[in-house]
Amino acid sequence: MTTLQSSESADLLENAEMGASLWRDAWQRLRKNKMAVGGGITLLLFIVIALLTPWLAPYSYEAQNLDLGASPPSAAHWLGTDVFGRDVLTQVMYGGRVSLAVGFIATAVALLIGVTWGAIAGYVGGRVDAVMMRIVDILYALPFMIFIVLLMVVFGRNVLLLFLAIGAVEWLTMARIMRSQVQSLRQQEFVEAAISLGLSPAAIIRRHVIPNALGPIIVYTTLTIPSVMLLEAFLSFLGLGIQPPQTSWGLLISYGAETMEEYPWLLIFPGLALTTTLFSLNFLGDGLRDALDVRGSKD
Amino acid sequence: MLRFIISRLLQAIPVIFIVITATFFLVRAAPGGPFDAEKVVLPEVKRALEAQYKLDLPLYEQYFAYLTDLAQGELGPSFKYPGRSVNEILFSGLPVTAELGFYALLIALIIGVTAGVLASLKPNTRQDYIPMSLAMIGICMPSFLLGPLLVLVFGIYLEWLPISGWGSIPGDKILPSITLGAAYAAYVARLSRAGMLEILSQDYIRTARAKGLPEWQVVSKHALRGGLIPVIAFLGPAFAGLLAGSFVVETIFQIPGLGRFYVQAAFNRDYTMILGTTVFLSTLIVLFNLISDVAAAWLNPRLRSQLSGGGK
Amino acid sequence: MSLLNVENLEVSFVTRNGTSKAVKGVSFTVEPKQITAIIGESGSGKSVSCYALLGLIPSPPGRIDGGVASFEGQNLLALSEVELRKIRGSDIAMIFQDPMTCLNPYLTIGEQLIEPLLIHRNLSRADAKTRAIELLNEVGIRSPDSTFDSFPHEFSGGMRQRVMIAMALINEPKLLIADEPTTALDVTIQAQILRLIADLQKHRDIGVLFISHDLAVVSDIADQIVVMEQGEVVESGAPDAIFNHAQHPYTQKLLAAIPSGERDSGEAKGDTLINVRNLRTWFQASSDSEPVKAVDDVSFDIHRGEILGLVGESGSGKSTLGRSIMRLAPITSGEVTFDEMNLTALAGRHLKNFRSRMQMIFQDPFASLNPRMTVYDTLAEPLLLHNICQRANLDQHIAKLMDDVGLARNFIRKYPHEFSGGQRQRIAIGRALATRPEFIVADEPVSALDVTIQAQILDLLMALGREHNLTMLFVSHDMAVIRHIADRVLVMYQGKVVEAGPVTQVFNQPQAPYTQSLLASIPGAAML
Repeated sequence: MTTLQSSESADLLENAEMGASLWRDAWQRLRKNKMAVGGGITLLLFIVIALLTPWLAPYSYEAQNLDLGASPPSAAHWLGTDVFGRDVLTQVMYGGRVSLAVGFIATAVALLIGVTWGAIAGYVGGRVDAVMMRIVDILYALPFMIFIVLLMVVFGRNVLLLFLAIGAVEWLTMARIMRSQVQSLRQQEFVEAAISLGLSPAAIIRRHVIPNALGPIIVYTTLTIPSVMLLEAFLSFLGLGIQPPQTSWGLLISYGAETMEEYPWLLIFPGLALTTTLFSLNFLGDGLRDALDVRGSKD
Repeated sequence: MLRFIISRLLQAIPVIFIVITATFFLVRAAPGGPFDAEKVVLPEVKRALEAQYKLDLPLYEQYFAYLTDLAQGELGPSFKYPGRSVNEILFSGLPVTAELGFYALLIALIIGVTAGVLASLKPNTRQDYIPMSLAMIGICMPSFLLGPLLVLVFGIYLEWLPISGWGSIPGDKILPSITLGAAYAAYVARLSRAGMLEILSQDYIRTARAKGLPEWQVVSKHALRGGLIPVIAFLGPAFAGLLAGSFVVETIFQIPGLGRFYVQAAFNRDYTMILGTTVFLSTLIVLFNLISDVAAAWLNPRLRSQLSGGGK
Repeated sequence: MSLLNVENLEVSFVTRNGTSKAVKGVSFTVEPKQITAIIGESGSGKSVSCYALLGLIPSPPGRIDGGVASFEGQNLLALSEVELRKIRGSDIAMIFQDPMTCLNPYLTIGEQLIEPLLIHRNLSRADAKTRAIELLNEVGIRSPDSTFDSFPHEFSGGMRQRVMIAMALINEPKLLIADEPTTALDVTIQAQILRLIADLQKHRDIGVLFISHDLAVVSDIADQIVVMEQGEVVESGAPDAIFNHAQHPYTQKLLAAIPSGERDSGEAKGDTLINVRNLRTWFQASSDSEPVKAVDDVSFDIHRGEILGLVGESGSGKSTLGRSIMRLAPITSGEVTFDEMNLTALAGRHLKNFRSRMQMIFQDPFASLNPRMTVYDTLAEPLLLHNICQRANLDQHIAKLMDDVGLARNFIRKYPHEFSGGQRQRIAIGRALATRPEFIVADEPVSALDVTIQAQILDLLMALGREHNLTMLFVSHDMAVIRHIADRVLVMYQGKVVEAGPVTQVFNQPQAPYTQSLLASIPGAAML
């Protein structure tokens, strides 16, 4: 066997043409999708605003001006004021903090439980898989929306509980997606090749399964956030979610709906904030799905 | 096929049982009894009331008593409306909610399937973008926002349609049905577009074209059936969503349906009512999931023969 | 006068990334009552040319730029969609490659069969049914009445292709376009379908345009052969002229790529490396069903340094056997010893260490490489895992592997999707060689590749085998490939080995009836 000179081997990587990984290809495709890029930028903007709200908000959260009452948008109050003379822009910004936080944290809960559950079921297979997925099937069949309402009634309106309850609903889909990913990846020849190389199961999951399952997981995470936010807004609208003194977009919409005949801006601006965010997330999610070439199991 | 239906029914039983049990103990675990809030009640009256509602028995006996009642279709008396049973309240609200749900589903299917199929026939053209952008709006515009907005525009500014009620003024059913159906129309549109695109790329569509079939026959005869199976399978979950959506819509439009009763019961802490409604709605949802599953399987000849023969 | 006369056909595909010409001025003819075969590898434009004639290429992105296709005095390319529709399925009919996906799974066979009659002939349903049953009978379907009301999933690939043929012939077309009609079928079924097409063509006086990648297949039936490469016709002529006096270098290359001859296996082989005794691999679908006996009581030896060919059709259990030896499929009972070590008893760390001594090359080079890893990472993984080399001289070892399998070193940072099928298979071979194995299971390593690439990979495998003194189990459905590469051969049928012996003996004096029918089915026997 010929041994190469070390100088020659140094050339090996230097002269090599850089390859384009699937991630880079996907990024290129995503950048061409105007709706997805627009969604991403809007979302980023909203997140930054939410993080900096205490410094950016034009008025303090508690500030009332009962003399002013509900007034339409003006130079002093860009989005108007509510019946207590509170600045609507400030309310919407603080509400956004809560709505976005619920969206991201509950999704993170769902992601953590779902991915772990699905990965174990998919990789171990056999009887373990059958039992684990039967549990998911049974939970799927439960009318969760009703259950969340029930939970909120029984245990009071607690934000932490809200995170848990919503996360507990949404992890089911995540678990199914992760399981089907792991199952189909397990049968791929490159995983068989890794087994015949003698790689340990942990290494196979880390090096071969997860990097390939990441695409669908990112896509469904992006699409889970809006459905979680909708759920929160729905519960808050019914008066079963976020409670004063805290506020959220759902709660603001609910107050706005009560007085929309006289003060329509109280309904329109929080509604606009919520729909814009949902739009951005959905367009970003759809764009990611196309860019990462994930076949949709839902819609 | 019969065996499939029976096995699915057998699977549904534990689900319903879990729902009943979980709901029962959750409600019982709630802090504070149903009569705590009413301070005027004397201790002996309270005791008498508790005896009447069997609250003085040990928890497991209450549970078995409830199960026994349930087995006879009896959901118990309402705490808040003495003299009325949960059954009576449910059955007064059910027809209204059922009618509302039916119209909403009809709107969702007609608009959704039409838009989805049209979009799938000319993907990435205006015929695709316009309906799909509308669908996206439908998905991002929750019913509790769409409802008030529709009321504001068509009820208050234009004064075209009544803004509340159900069946008392002509046209008062239009806005609630649209509000409830819009989001599902959007989902159905996306589902049928994706399903049709998948089928239209199949080899057998090329075979159909090679036979000289006109395009409308290729679509109607060869593509639609397979393309719409996902929509059929979605009907079960959609039904569950519609019921939950009726909470909001019935509240907004002040419709005396199940959803409004449920939300009211939740606020009133009317425990037997919550318990009864949850059990009833859950059973309905489980059954609907079952029906849409069976229907989707029935439409696929391969599954059908596997299920009915148990062979091949 | 020719039945079909295509002149200067030009087709291009317009995408966002620019226009690519798929067909560049192609001309050919189909004479009445004759078979014209178009031969080419993937990307040669052979299918696009034929689909364009009937307006069946999706447009956009497809676009016909020019040319004339005269069929019975009309220019097909100038017809409107409505006029073309009248020709499709009546005067010109088509059959396609994959019968499993070409029939609508939601409609009965009968419903699909009578469709062309209902559209083009205005027949009543009853008359159409009578006619359909006649034809089902003619294409060799045993119970046409019950078949009429059955759904496609109840039939095998061969039967479905017969249905497709009946459907194409139902309106007595003058021209039949057959796009790789036997490629997806097993070799014995392929022989039957080819015979059926040839018979029907003779009795019905139709012209056939037969698209294929396989020269051997068309050599038996074609009257005229057109060879296409990268959108152009490079040569055409009668089969005899093409096979014996090919002019164009590409045709010569195609002919040379047909695996032929037997390996010189005169030298005595070494001692037994692998011993398989009473191996059973059964799969249990559910607890109350009969197990699928994929491998059922199989025993044989593999000698050090030999290439053992394992041949069989789909479902014969040949791949499962290879994977069982590799410990990738669960063994139900029996024993595999490797160098006198009991493989079936190995587990955990011992199995892991042992795996470096045997490696596998898979069929599909698109699926056997992790799409998220560069060539460098793919090759580094086995080297580091089995401590073949230190990190310090990893680059040198990888460069050596690249050289061994004939890949340019500057590709090292590329990802699998940036390579062609043949190049990917080279990467996969490099990965298998990295652990310096003594034994390799090659599971259909060339069947997903174009013919010319197939020849290169076979040569590479044989050369590497000699160089590294490898022992190999070469699994294939292709008798010609096995004959070309193997020293000895095992024939598998329904989970059992039905015949075993040196290649010369099995190919020249087959004993088992199944082997005899396999050999009789090899296409192009007369010509080659």
